Amino acid sequence: MAIGESTIETMTRDMPLPANIMKTLKEEVLRAGVNKKQMEEIIEQVLLEYEMACIEPCDAVGVVAAQSIGEPGTQMTMRTFHYAGVAEINVTLGLPRLVEIVDARKIPSTPMMTIALSKEGPDDYAYDREKTRILAWEIEATKIDHIADVTTDLSQMKLIIDLHEKAMYGRNITIEQVKEKFNDELNVMVAISPDIDNQVIITPNEASYRELLQLAKSIHDVTLKGIEGIKRVVVRKEGEEYTLYTEGSALREVLQFEGVDRTRTTTNNINEIYEVLGIEAARNSIIKEATDTLREQGLTVDIRHIMLVADLMTCDGEVKQIGRHGISGEKSSVFARAAFEVTVNHLLDAGMRGDVDLLQGVTENIIVGQPIRMGTGDVHLVAKKRPNVLAAKDDCEL
Amino acid sequence: MANVPPIPKRISAIKFGLMSPKEIRKMSATSIDTADTYDDDGFPIDMGLMDTKLGVIDPGLRCKTCHGRAGECPGHFGHINLVAPVIHVGFNKIIRKLLRASCRKCSRLLLDVPQKAHFLSQLTAIEEIGHRPDDVINEAYKEASKVKVCPYCGEEQLDIKFEKPTEYLEDGEKLTPTEIRGRFEGIPDEDIKVIGMDPNNARPEWMILTVLPVPPVTVRPSITLESGQRSEDDLTHKLVDIIRINYRFQENREAGAPQLIIEDLWELLQYHVTTFFDNSVSGIPPARHRSGRPLKTLSQRLKGKEGRFRGSLSGKRVNFSARTVISPDPNLSINEVGVPIPIARILTVPVNVTPRNIEQLRVFIRNSGVVHPGANYVFRPDGRRIKVTESNKEDLAEKIEYNWMVERQLNDGDTVLFNRQPSLHKMSIMAHSVKVLPDKTFRLNPAVCPPYNADFDGDEMNMHALQTEESRAEARILMQVQENILSPRFGGPIIGGIHDHISGLFILTRFEKKISKPNAYDLLRKTDVERVLPEPASFGENGEPYWTGKQIFSQLLPKGLNMGFSAQVCSHCETCKKEECPYDSYVVIEDGELIKGTIDEASIGAFKGKILERIIKQFGASQGARFVDNFTRLAIRAVMRSGLSFGIADEDIPKEASIQINEVLGKAEDDVQKLIQSFINKELEPLPGRTLDETIEMSIMQKLGKARDETGNIADSHMGLENPAVIMARSGARGSILNLTQMAACVGQQAVRGERIQRGYAGRTLPHFAKGDLGSDAHGFVKASYKSGLNPTEYFFHAIGGREGLVDTAVRTSQSGYLQRRLVNALQDLEAQYDLTVRDTRGVVVQFKFGEDGINPTKSDFSKPDAIRRIVSDVVNREVE
Repeated sequence: MAIGESTIETMTRDMPLPANIMKTLKEEVLRAGVNKKQMEEIIEQVLLEYEMACIEPCDAVGVVAAQSIGEPGTQMTMRTFHYAGVAEINVTLGLPRLVEIVDARKIPSTPMMTIALSKEGPDDYAYDREKTRILAWEIEATKIDHIADVTTDLSQMKLIIDLHEKAMYGRNITIEQVKEKFNDELNVMVAISPDIDNQVIITPNEASYRELLQLAKSIHDVTLKGIEGIKRVVVRKEGEEYTLYTEGSALREVLQFEGVDRTRTTTNNINEIYEVLGIEAARNSIIKEATDTLREQGLTVDIRHIMLVADLMTCDGEVKQIGRHGISGEKSSVFARAAFEVTVNHLLDAGMRGDVDLLQGVTENIIVGQPIRMGTGDVHLVAKKRPNVLAAKDDCEL
Repeated sequence: MANVPPIPKRISAIKFGLMSPKEIRKMSATSIDTADTYDDDGFPIDMGLMDTKLGVIDPGLRCKTCHGRAGECPGHFGHINLVAPVIHVGFNKIIRKLLRASCRKCSRLLLDVPQKAHFLSQLTAIEEIGHRPDDVINEAYKEASKVKVCPYCGEEQLDIKFEKPTEYLEDGEKLTPTEIRGRFEGIPDEDIKVIGMDPNNARPEWMILTVLPVPPVTVRPSITLESGQRSEDDLTHKLVDIIRINYRFQENREAGAPQLIIEDLWELLQYHVTTFFDNSVSGIPPARHRSGRPLKTLSQRLKGKEGRFRGSLSGKRVNFSARTVISPDPNLSINEVGVPIPIARILTVPVNVTPRNIEQLRVFIRNSGVVHPGANYVFRPDGRRIKVTESNKEDLAEKIEYNWMVERQLNDGDTVLFNRQPSLHKMSIMAHSVKVLPDKTFRLNPAVCPPYNADFDGDEMNMHALQTEESRAEARILMQVQENILSPRFGGPIIGGIHDHISGLFILTRFEKKISKPNAYDLLRKTDVERVLPEPASFGENGEPYWTGKQIFSQLLPKGLNMGFSAQVCSHCETCKKEECPYDSYVVIEDGELIKGTIDEASIGAFKGKILERIIKQFGASQGARFVDNFTRLAIRAVMRSGLSFGIADEDIPKEASIQINEVLGKAEDDVQKLIQSFINKELEPLPGRTLDETIEMSIMQKLGKARDETGNIADSHMGLENPAVIMARSGARGSILNLTQMAACVGQQAVRGERIQRGYAGRTLPHFAKGDLGSDAHGFVKASYKSGLNPTEYFFHAIGGREGLVDTAVRTSQSGYLQRRLVNALQDLEAQYDLTVRDTRGVVVQFKFGEDGINPTKSDFSKPDAIRRIVSDVVNREVE
């Protein structure tokens, strides 16, 4: 007599199990079609097994996590550039990437975004090649080199920009827009040539060679269209869906575009995620990036270790580095800081401030030569005085 | 009970502070006035730097302060009265900030009362939550230094400029340390609190020294050279300089020397005091020894890896340890370590004399120096140590009584710690039990190589003999090898079969082997299983019984083990037939019997071994250890009986295969040439987002990579599972198919930074090629196989690729070492609590439940809910039966 879903639900309701285990249990039980007696036995055994599998109190989980992530470091490749997923975009992988993540760098060496597109209707962005292509051009930063040839006319003291019609059409940009943009950004005389098609002429404010040459340089930096910092956008079709990959990252700006799926769009710049989406998102992003880096190298590290590192980095509400300028530098113990890096300065500061080291951590206790308060050092046995028993024992000995 | 150590006292806290001149004088044993150290008889001079009031280092002398001998006396500080105050270099930054933040006339902090109250409340708040106050303090300094007119006395503030190394200019006028000290003296206590200083323990004027503490002689011992000459410590040299200048300064001032000379001398005194504290201050030349070597002064002693903190306090040297070369011994259990007799005779274990062991200990004492388990030392209850020698051993054996202690030599069964550097994870130090063996190397079961990352090409390992009962108990329960088979990194076994273990069992269990009775018993001889064979699988012509290799292996498996999984040799067919696998690569175990499948890396290998993992989880660690012991012994026997050797002839491929390979390579080269031609003719379409140059490189790389793979496949198809190299590669014992194809077919493209080799001469890699040649052989494609031999250019390119690999490894080890150090340092204080939260030692919660589910990664079944499935199916199946 198999029991139904509702009975299972009531039987398992108060079990102190994590959600994923509970889910598998319910699925498995439903699939096997057990009766009530069997179910009771299963529940009993699962609870026992769960308790056995739990972490033991006083376990030095921090050190184990640090070692579990650090140890495979020796087996990782050094090569900075690899091709991941998208052949067109370079991404830092391996050890340098892992270092970058725990360093909590403000900007990673190869920022990259994965822009998922909305797929609400059948002809929404994600399924429409043309819409996607247009969006890609909207996002990618267009510089003058992409759409024109620039010549410096020294005799006339002006810059002549010959725009390519085809390129302009491809990027959906008009000659007026180019003119406007230069006007806004450079604050100089910009004119559309009356004689020649698709020609823009820029005259410097002051007719000097220096000014002209400087101008010739600075027009290359003007972003005519798209988002500053996004050097390239690549469109890829994955299954049914089109996805954009970008070199360079600007999450806040990209999320404003119509057609971008805000729930699935992400970047590999953890700090940017923190600023745009908050600390919880940053924590998840650290976990994701670290797991991906390790997995790509074919190394298996339990996710709990990575979670612990991510939680430690983010538990104060901001992303802190693992190292001198973050976690280790903010420890309360003078000895712990002195034993890590910049020894002398920490000691001098402590003296000046009259700091007190409470000797709670690991390093401090090792330094003063006493057992650390962790693991077996955290447990104390206290003998309960039972006078009558002692007396009886003394009698025996006598 | 005299030799029972007292309950250790715990230091609960250590307070830091600055020393006031008063305090320095109070703790000083003597004032140091003369720069001389020893008189003509080599005796320390009174009031000199080696005054016996400061402690003694020469044997025979007694300290005048505490009357202790050398070794007993901890040393005592002295002091030098400086004629004029000097600045302590370490505090330059703070002195500068404070000068700018305090009034030049009334010395008060240049903040108004509400501001002060605001910063003070912020400081207390931050202290309460246990954060560092640096930001608030810096903010206070910044605010105060912005103020131009003192809010209390109305005095206008002048600009203070700091000049390296220790000069302060106020509007171009030099501020003397005396003036600075005067200003700081006037800062009221409540103002000091605002900038985060503790007025009771650190008054700002104490950052300017008027009295210099002289460290005890024990801190700066002099060494007597072989020639009988005394060589003084660097600190003593520096102190001599300070005293000399101090004296000269005094003389000159008393004589009324001109201001210029006084100032010069003052500066000189400042220099010497500065370098006494820190000899690497920027802006001044480091003080040097006569030989030109820079002196090692106070801060140099503390800094860096070999400094006091990292070198002497965080890491310590220990006794009762040994180090020697390691070598393998498959007959040892994984829980054992073979200890050479010479080491066993030196390392000792303390044993208390009791009525139960007194006779045994007497035997040990008498054996000392002759037979191995002897005793080296005897301790009387009063703590006196007596060495057991040839002459006194009989006496001592008679003399020992209860409560004495004997240090007996290391013997079989003792628990020791075994370690190999670099100690990257907790499995780098494990507890083994001793097995004393002849010869001079440590012996260990090759199955424990993976956690130590050890091999036997000359590796050395360390051993530590445990000295107390508590430590031995802890090591046995937590650190023994069998308790560490499962790695907390990924929850799978990190100890398991390697190399011959895998190929041995692979050969034994692959398909149906016919094994006669004597052979079967011989295979199982070294294992500890019951000597009862099951029903034979088949019978020969004369009715003699034969067993299969699978049956032999099954003898090692515990009853009640049920499993089914794909072996390493699995060729990943499109539809897995599971139990029906025609290649015998789906392992089925029913009730401890191997029914189908081949045992290889996926079953018993380190990092992967599924059977091993299941046995530990289902039957416990000691069964797991026993299983490893048994299968390693069986495997070695099996591979020994069948034999497995690999030679140059095993790379032979038939003629038609090499013709095929040449065809493939020739075609690939043609394709590359075609690509180059289209590139030159500008017909090549660039890949999206790539330049033309990048595109051609990528397409060539791709073409050649494909060609290499193809040649590999050709070679592979001509080598079957009878080839020992293929056996090793397929079973996961050693090497890969790629290694094999490089030997037999084609080595392939040599790469530097993931690209074809480009560097070398202008426009070409080697003078053998034309400039601008883009062809495959001009950029490091090696067509030859290792067996056929490389031509000179290929050889050269191969060396380039190989060198990159070496450099890569060297850089990586240092980088990952630093990463590991930082991670451990940041995370070491985290501990799981009784409520399964993770907190640091201050009590700050980092995770509310460890890993969100509280599960120990070691027992996490690779983070898959296998256990639940097992429980459900167990319960259901049992009910059906």
